[in-house]
Amino acid sequence: MYTASDLRKGLRIMLDDDPFIVIDFQFVKPGKGQSLYRCRLRNLLLGTTVDRTFREVDTFKPAETQEKTMQFLYKEEDHYNFMDTESYEQIHLMEEQIGDAKNFLIENMEVRILLFRERPIDITLPNFVDLIVAEAPPWIKGDTVSGNYKPVILETGYKVAVPPFIEQGEKIRIDTRSGEYLTRVKE
Amino acid sequence: MNTDWKLPRRKFALETRATLIQVIREFFLSRNYLEVETPHRIPAPAPEAHIDAFPSGEWFLHTSPEICMKRMLAAGYPKMFQICRSFRQRERGDRHLPEFTLLEWYRAGIDYRGLMEECEDLFLYLLGKMRGGTLLEYRGEKIDLEKPWQRISVRDAFDRFATTPMAASLEKDLFEEIMVRDIEPRLGRGKPTFLYDYPAALGALARTKREDRGLAERFEIYLFGLELANGFSELTDPDDQRRRFEGENLKRRSAGKDVCPMPERFLESLRHLPESAGIALGVDRLAMIFCDALSVDEVVAFTPEEL
Repeated sequence: MYTASDLRKGLRIMLDDDPFIVIDFQFVKPGKGQSLYRCRLRNLLLGTTVDRTFREVDTFKPAETQEKTMQFLYKEEDHYNFMDTESYEQIHLMEEQIGDAKNFLIENMEVRILLFRERPIDITLPNFVDLIVAEAPPWIKGDTVSGNYKPVILETGYKVAVPPFIEQGEKIRIDTRSGEYLTRVKE
Repeated sequence: MNTDWKLPRRKFALETRATLIQVIREFFLSRNYLEVETPHRIPAPAPEAHIDAFPSGEWFLHTSPEICMKRMLAAGYPKMFQICRSFRQRERGDRHLPEFTLLEWYRAGIDYRGLMEECEDLFLYLLGKMRGGTLLEYRGEKIDLEKPWQRISVRDAFDRFATTPMAASLEKDLFEEIMVRDIEPRLGRGKPTFLYDYPAALGALARTKREDRGLAERFEIYLFGLELANGFSELTDPDDQRRRFEGENLKRRSAGKDVCPMPERFLESLRHLPESAGIALGVDRLAMIFCDALSVDEVVAFTPEEL
């Protein structure tokens, strides 16, 4: 059982008998009043979103889901194909079910696929993925003001801010939960 | 995993924050306020329904310096300010940190209206020293800090901006929801707003109005829809204060929370508390505005998640 203070982006809960994922979350507490947890949730079956405000006393059941490890095969039009690494069974997820994960998916990557009553509904990436920098503005030598950062484009097309010394062709590690740069990967 | 590379990016914000705190200090020193430091670790914080203190051994980390500063006020320190860390459990969001910085000040001989005027002076002084002029800009929006600011009572704000009146909102337990959704976003636009005269049930340490005991002489300051400070005329009646604390504890109990111990020495000291007013201002949020930041995360060296 979760309480309202467990609510955060990415948490999956049961709501009115459907599985939902929290996609946006705001904690508010006007004046000396009670805490409110304003959430935007996506219905994992229907893909629809709802806005709900919860209170400190509210509790939630975790979504009744199972997870399986699968390998990303390829993208085909508007859906993404995966293979169960144990049974070799193939499944697919639609682009809107993939969400932000598409920014970090590369072929053969092992991911966790979420199933609700046998139906694939969502994807969880490893917390950290290593991706190649496809495009980067050059490092202006002498630009050592460490507060600066620059935008680069990764092999997946994802744009991210990195320290100035990162160059094209390098591999960097991304935290998939925040979408932020973590470190350069030396191989 | 190294996340410290974000730290240098906050350098400008942390420098701005440091200057802001110096200027705050200057303002109060120039007005002959005494800067005080009271203990962060106390045996009994003020019982309040929706504020939860962190236990610290047998005692608690204070949720604000109110209890100790009012004891000083009662003991003959008429003008005091303090800038200190305060701690509240489970408060975390874009505008909340469980450990945050409060500016709190008290002054004998004035009520909440006098305090509102001092707030106007403080903000004008801060802006003057930080940037000059009277126009404060945040996220592309400007407000004019010139006196007088907008003043609107809570009751009028409900009538004007919400479809449910204040009393009915309280009865239906929708006060906060309506406040957050319909009222707050409209306050502090063009001019800062004082939202004043809260229902007495929402001001556990505030004096009630002589002409209407259902209302507390309490106000909040809003800039750009953002709540920045909470001030009030101090309640000086120990018996009334005890009853209100007991009421707060009842609410805690019915919500399944721990009941707070009574701050007995504080209650005792209220017998000597002069007519006065006091206010707590969120320094992190103020820094957020001066740094043009979207979240308090951007104006502290470390968020709890980064530790």
